[in-house]
Amino acid sequence: MSASFNTFLKLLVLALVLAFPFVGSAFYTELVAKGLILAIFAMSLDLLVGVTGLVSFGHAAYFGVAAYVLALLTPKYQAANLWLSLPVAVLVAGLVALLVGFFVLRTRGIYFIMVTLAFAQMAYYIFHDTDLGGGSDGIYVNFKPSAAIAGWTPFDLDQPKALYFFILVCALAVYGGLRRLKESSFGSILQGIRDNESRMLAMGYATYRYKLAAFAVAGALAGVAGYLYGALYGFVTPEYLSWHQSGNVLLMVILGGMGNFGGAVAGAFAFVAMQEFFAAWTKHWQLLMGAVIVGAVLFLPGGISALPARLKRKPRESADE
Amino acid sequence: MSDALLRAEGLTRRFGGLTANQDVSLSLKRGELHALVGPNGAGKSTCINLLSGDLAPSAGRILFEGRDITGLASHQRSLAGIGRSYQRSNVFMPFSVFENVRLAAQSRRPRAWRVWAKALEDRAINERAEAAIAEVGLAAQRARIVGEMSHGERRQLEVAMVLATDARVLLFDEPLAGMGAEESMKMVELLRRLTTDRAILLVEHDMDAVFAAAQTITVMVNGQVLESGAPQQIRASAAVREAYLGDDEVVHE
Repeated sequence: MSASFNTFLKLLVLALVLAFPFVGSAFYTELVAKGLILAIFAMSLDLLVGVTGLVSFGHAAYFGVAAYVLALLTPKYQAANLWLSLPVAVLVAGLVALLVGFFVLRTRGIYFIMVTLAFAQMAYYIFHDTDLGGGSDGIYVNFKPSAAIAGWTPFDLDQPKALYFFILVCALAVYGGLRRLKESSFGSILQGIRDNESRMLAMGYATYRYKLAAFAVAGALAGVAGYLYGALYGFVTPEYLSWHQSGNVLLMVILGGMGNFGGAVAGAFAFVAMQEFFAAWTKHWQLLMGAVIVGAVLFLPGGISALPARLKRKPRESADE
Repeated sequence: MSDALLRAEGLTRRFGGLTANQDVSLSLKRGELHALVGPNGAGKSTCINLLSGDLAPSAGRILFEGRDITGLASHQRSLAGIGRSYQRSNVFMPFSVFENVRLAAQSRRPRAWRVWAKALEDRAINERAEAAIAEVGLAAQRARIVGEMSHGERRQLEVAMVLATDARVLLFDEPLAGMGAEESMKMVELLRRLTTDRAILLVEHDMDAVFAAAQTITVMVNGQVLESGAPQQIRASAAVREAYLGDDEVVHE
């Protein structure tokens, strides 16, 4: 795929999401906002799975923890301050990831997958079985965070459009930041670890430290997504941390294509769209979704992000026959 | 013995009931190509893994420039100045030659944590990588993807990656394995050139290459050092001839 075509495609997508709230209904605007949040979530996991080669099966824990931080920081009859609660939620998610990473990164392969899952399940049951966050019923976020700075309010997140654009700005910042990080020295070390960790050790890299940093950053960014999700829907339940959620985000990354973040975005939107489309059609929507994902893995290696290049190559191949 | 960069004293490594290395002592001097030879299973790879830190010894100690480094992990030894290559090519296949070597050079950078500046725009690192690529003679191939290169070229690349880390002690595990005669000769030539200001340990099966290039040869059998000395001494040794070279095999003069 040529670089200019790639850029064109990205600008087209950007124009679509920018224009959407002005042409789409409120329902679909919220749905696109959900897609953007899950895109942040999937990109954060892509840093681990696609860039560093760490398949985490417990990424929902950091998403959910940040959502709970928002819920717990929101007073009953008042809004939480955005500029305080967002950094705190992201920081807490990052610290939890740092703590979990400290233990799980001592394992490899299938054990790593199982241990990340185990920690996420522990986090799930903490919120499910204690009264910390309303138990299994969850907890309401009665007011959307307020963006007020010393009496001045630059935008009002109660307005669906303002919330939508705030989410969009967050998604763009995460995308840009992660792209930049991947091309940095730190990013090339992570990719080296993915491809050949023993060689990285032989060259003098203390790989554990870099993996731990990546794990914490990914957790913090998942926290951004969880916070926004809680703000968008005004409701947080233990299901945010469940292994279904961890599995879903892993599917988004696989469906979209790993290691370039654009794929994670495409995967997240494809996932949301399929969920919506199939659920409107039949109550057995999960069956259909599973079939599509199996099909994608079998017939679309490299995921959705590899699709343009494959389509471009097709005509030439058929001409050869 | 003051010019020994790396010295192993009484290295022993047991795997359960098997003693892969027993009381192995050797010293690598600056400006010297030291060959480690022996039949399969003699413990050569174990020895190199003990020196590089990939394995921990059961007994014995390792001194690098007089400092005891027995307790250092492999990445710490690499940072200290000990570089190694592997028996099977161990490079980053999807990357270009330049990217592979650049990543090795970057490991010496105290600012490897930088997350914002683009990695490819670090001039000092790039220059070091280019120099290492040129030294092994891969300059014309710098943009090629490693997965598409020949086996011999990958081995050259491995040497470049070790050089890019500024290692003073180089441990090479069978760098000539699987190479054609011409490639082998070029590699031996390269190793001799590299020896001038470094110490090299070479594990190798190709006896012609070993006797042509090495200043010191250590022969291992069954995990123990049988004989160590100059090539003439090894050639003349009856014990070596009997244990390793075979009775009727004549060493080329």
